[in-house]
Amino acid sequence: MLPDTNPIYGESPRCDLHADLHEIVAKYSGEKTNLLQMLIEINACAGYIPKDAAIYIAATLDIPLARIESVASFYSLLHLQPVGEYRVLFSDNITDRMLGNLDLMEQMCRQLWLQPGKVSEDGLLSINTTSCTGMCDQGPALLVNGYAITKLSSQRVQEIGQLIRNRTPVAEWPADYFNVEDNIRRGGLILDNTLAYGEVLQAAKAITPETIISTIKDSNLRGRGGAGFPTGIKWEACRNAEGDAHYVVCNADEGEPGTFKDRVLLTTQADLVFEGMTLCARAVGAKKGFLYLRGEYRYLLGHLQGVLQRRRNSELLGESIMGEQGFDFDIEIHLGAGAYICGEESALIESLEGKRGVPRNRPPFPVTHGYLQQPTALDNVETFCQAVMALHMGAEAYRAIGTEKSSGSKLISVSGDCAYPGIYEYPFGVTVRQVLEDCGAVNIQAVQISGPSGICIGEHEFNRKLGFEDLPTAGAFMVFDDSRDLFEVARNFVHFFAHESCGFCTPCRVGTSMLKQTMDKIAAGHGTKHDLAEIENLDHVLQTTSHCGLGRTACNPVLHTLKHFRPAYESRLKSLDFEPAFDLDGALARARQMTGRDDAGAHLKESE
Amino acid sequence: MTNTFQLDGATVPFEPGQTVMQAALAADQYIPHLCYHPEFKPHGSCKLCTVKVNGRTMASCTMPAEAGLEVESDIDEINALRRTLVKMLFAEGNHFCPSCEKSGNCMLQALGYDLEVHAAGFRHQYPDRPLDASHPDILLDFNRCILCELCVRASGEVDGKNVFALAGRGNSKHLIVNAESGQLKDTNIALTDKAMQVCPVGVILKKRVGFSQPIGDRRYDESPISAQALQDAPRPPSGAEHD
Ligand SMILES: Cc1cc2nc3c(=O)[nH]c(=O)nc-3n(C[C@H](O)[C@H](O)[C@H](O)COP(=O)(O)O)c2cc1C
Ligand code: SF4
Ligand code: SF4
Ligand code: FES
Ligand code: FES
Repeated sequence: MLPDTNPIYGESPRCDLHADLHEIVAKYSGEKTNLLQMLIEINACAGYIPKDAAIYIAATLDIPLARIESVASFYSLLHLQPVGEYRVLFSDNITDRMLGNLDLMEQMCRQLWLQPGKVSEDGLLSINTTSCTGMCDQGPALLVNGYAITKLSSQRVQEIGQLIRNRTPVAEWPADYFNVEDNIRRGGLILDNTLAYGEVLQAAKAITPETIISTIKDSNLRGRGGAGFPTGIKWEACRNAEGDAHYVVCNADEGEPGTFKDRVLLTTQADLVFEGMTLCARAVGAKKGFLYLRGEYRYLLGHLQGVLQRRRNSELLGESIMGEQGFDFDIEIHLGAGAYICGEESALIESLEGKRGVPRNRPPFPVTHGYLQQPTALDNVETFCQAVMALHMGAEAYRAIGTEKSSGSKLISVSGDCAYPGIYEYPFGVTVRQVLEDCGAVNIQAVQISGPSGICIGEHEFNRKLGFEDLPTAGAFMVFDDSRDLFEVARNFVHFFAHESCGFCTPCRVGTSMLKQTMDKIAAGHGTKHDLAEIENLDHVLQTTSHCGLGRTACNPVLHTLKHFRPAYESRLKSLDFEPAFDLDGALARARQMTGRDDAGAHLKESE
Repeated sequence: MTNTFQLDGATVPFEPGQTVMQAALAADQYIPHLCYHPEFKPHGSCKLCTVKVNGRTMASCTMPAEAGLEVESDIDEINALRRTLVKMLFAEGNHFCPSCEKSGNCMLQALGYDLEVHAAGFRHQYPDRPLDASHPDILLDFNRCILCELCVRASGEVDGKNVFALAGRGNSKHLIVNAESGQLKDTNIALTDKAMQVCPVGVILKKRVGFSQPIGDRRYDESPISAQALQDAPRPPSGAEHD
């Protein structure tokens, strides 16, 4: 989808920041809780957050200047220094790698005479990598000035290079670049629903909030965002919690590499999502809701705002919904700006409040102390959709779908080595083998279930079933055939976690980057048995002492591949038991680069 | 059993609202800690205070005390975790203790001794963290920062000045100073600020008093950190002397 022409979100012609700053602050009523949203708009307008803009915002909002840097530097899509008129970010999930993203990036760098991570001297552009952008079924993908381009080929990259060189505004680039396919391969309960918008809400008018909650409880609906918490119990606890106001939050941060089902739901089922949020609001007594949309999906903003407006016009949102006095609820969309940790519920709430997305100490939990310390029901995009279906069908009919412990359907995001990557909806209980068959995958070595924080399973486990009782999943399903090197898969995931660690707690902040260094050392052929032992030690500390799920699961990819595919590691080890961590030859790399030398004389001889 | 829990076999009473750490320290029971400070709301970031509660590992400084908990702290398994965490902190920054003027008064160093951490054990990260010597009376040596946020909290909550903040994320997280120039001399920090007193390591230093107290006579030279627990029991903030 092409960048929309909203004057603030528009990409080109570059807006006049000084004229717009005032407008940006006014649009967000000068509220501190909207600081992140203002910074995102400034960044979109100027390509970065200029110092004078930061000073203006700090003065207007009456906050310390350092807070602007503190917040902005937490989010990888925000910049405090100019990073070029064109900011190109290649998605760097393992699935992008398997489709050759690094070669394409190198090609673009060569074409435009630039090194990754650097800004060109004329300030025209910068090229870098970024965490998975959720286009795994149509990669390799990149973001240009925040907008997704899919299905990169050598030719497309060449064309993009030309457009940049000619300084063609992004809004004038060929529209098909920005095409994002839904790739729905198998529908079901959610994707094939034939509900008219507002239908379930109308029907719910006749029932009490308590009945909504008891129906959701009886339906056995569990959260689809990963943790699988029973949704009805969450809503009930939120309703019963005392507070000045109650809130509903939809988690559309979808940052887990390999997951893109929420993108498709927001594209094709936005009404269902908003209807679910509105039903939840009725159940818990909320007047305000938020949808927290990951920055990488910013292209969906115009579409989502349109759906919200239509629902307002149809009295399905706003004051006196469906004419019912006192049923007031509206939804605001907040953008993220490149931080996987903001998918964690308490970090998301911090981010919604305009702060750094650092997970809170829990207890207390969001249901009692969420947004602005008020009771908050926070659920995944898909969970809200499932809730609408459960209310529509009734608890018993809903429970009849899936398995005894896992009611309803699940959307699976399939990517990697298969003929038909895309979205598959199944009743819970489907086997891994069935999914592999349906997506046309052959000679499969392993499947990464639920993304890097999930688990990697091998062939002998393909009869396992997707569901809370066996293989719980947030939806990612990345397929690796027998030509793939699972050590490299794990290494890519380890880099991801190190990049995304929020840095709050010692084990994760230091441990993920040490894990990364050790994996890189092994990849470079300098690994020893000692390093495998160190990995196991790091894994233990991360798992037992980290503050949140990110740190606790950051070692999963390595643990699982070490367990099932140990030869992939051992074949890389030197026979030595110990290898100094300080690589003398590596230390000369910078000197070699500066002198343009790479001959044998510029290397230290390795002592074997 | 009402309002008591077990800590390594001792019975610890608590008041509702206290965390395991607060109750333990008030009862003269030591649990290692770094980012916890008796005058501030528990932070929960360093994880040195990790304990085992009913079989699960938890940060004791943030975990609410509950009747009947079985807390294990001084056991091999947990001390091994703590040793790794201390090593991580040493490796993450640049800690050349022999030339550090906080040596002997440094909580990180004292914890290292107490936990018998003798070698760094990890490859050092050698981050590039330039000093800020701009202020006439105060030196900031960021090399030793362990990102506990105590100075941030003290300056914001007690001094009402917000001189410090944290920026970046992951392993590029770092301390910054609230001034357009980014330099301490352009802030309104004062020697009497609470923020001057809370740094557990050797980042925020008063100039020219350096080694006035000889190494050997310093806080943790006299008795190990674990023996000084009582002083760490919760108390109201003792800031604002300069007001
Ligand atoms: C590091 C981390 C990242 C997460 N990312 C997401 C995410 O992108 N989307 C999501 O719905 N839940 C995510 N979660 C789970 C949320 O914390 C939370 O459990 C979920 O949104 C609750 O909604 P549900 O009950 O509907 O599943 C993440 C958790 C962690 C620890
Ligand atoms: S585990 Fe990692 S992401 Fe989670 S709080 Fe700690 S540093 Fe942040
Ligand atoms: S300067 Fe000291 S008090 Fe401040 S964050 Fe760093 S270690 Fe903590
Ligand atoms: S003292 Fe508890 S986490 Fe630092
Ligand atoms: S001894 Fe200097 S920082 Fe600890």
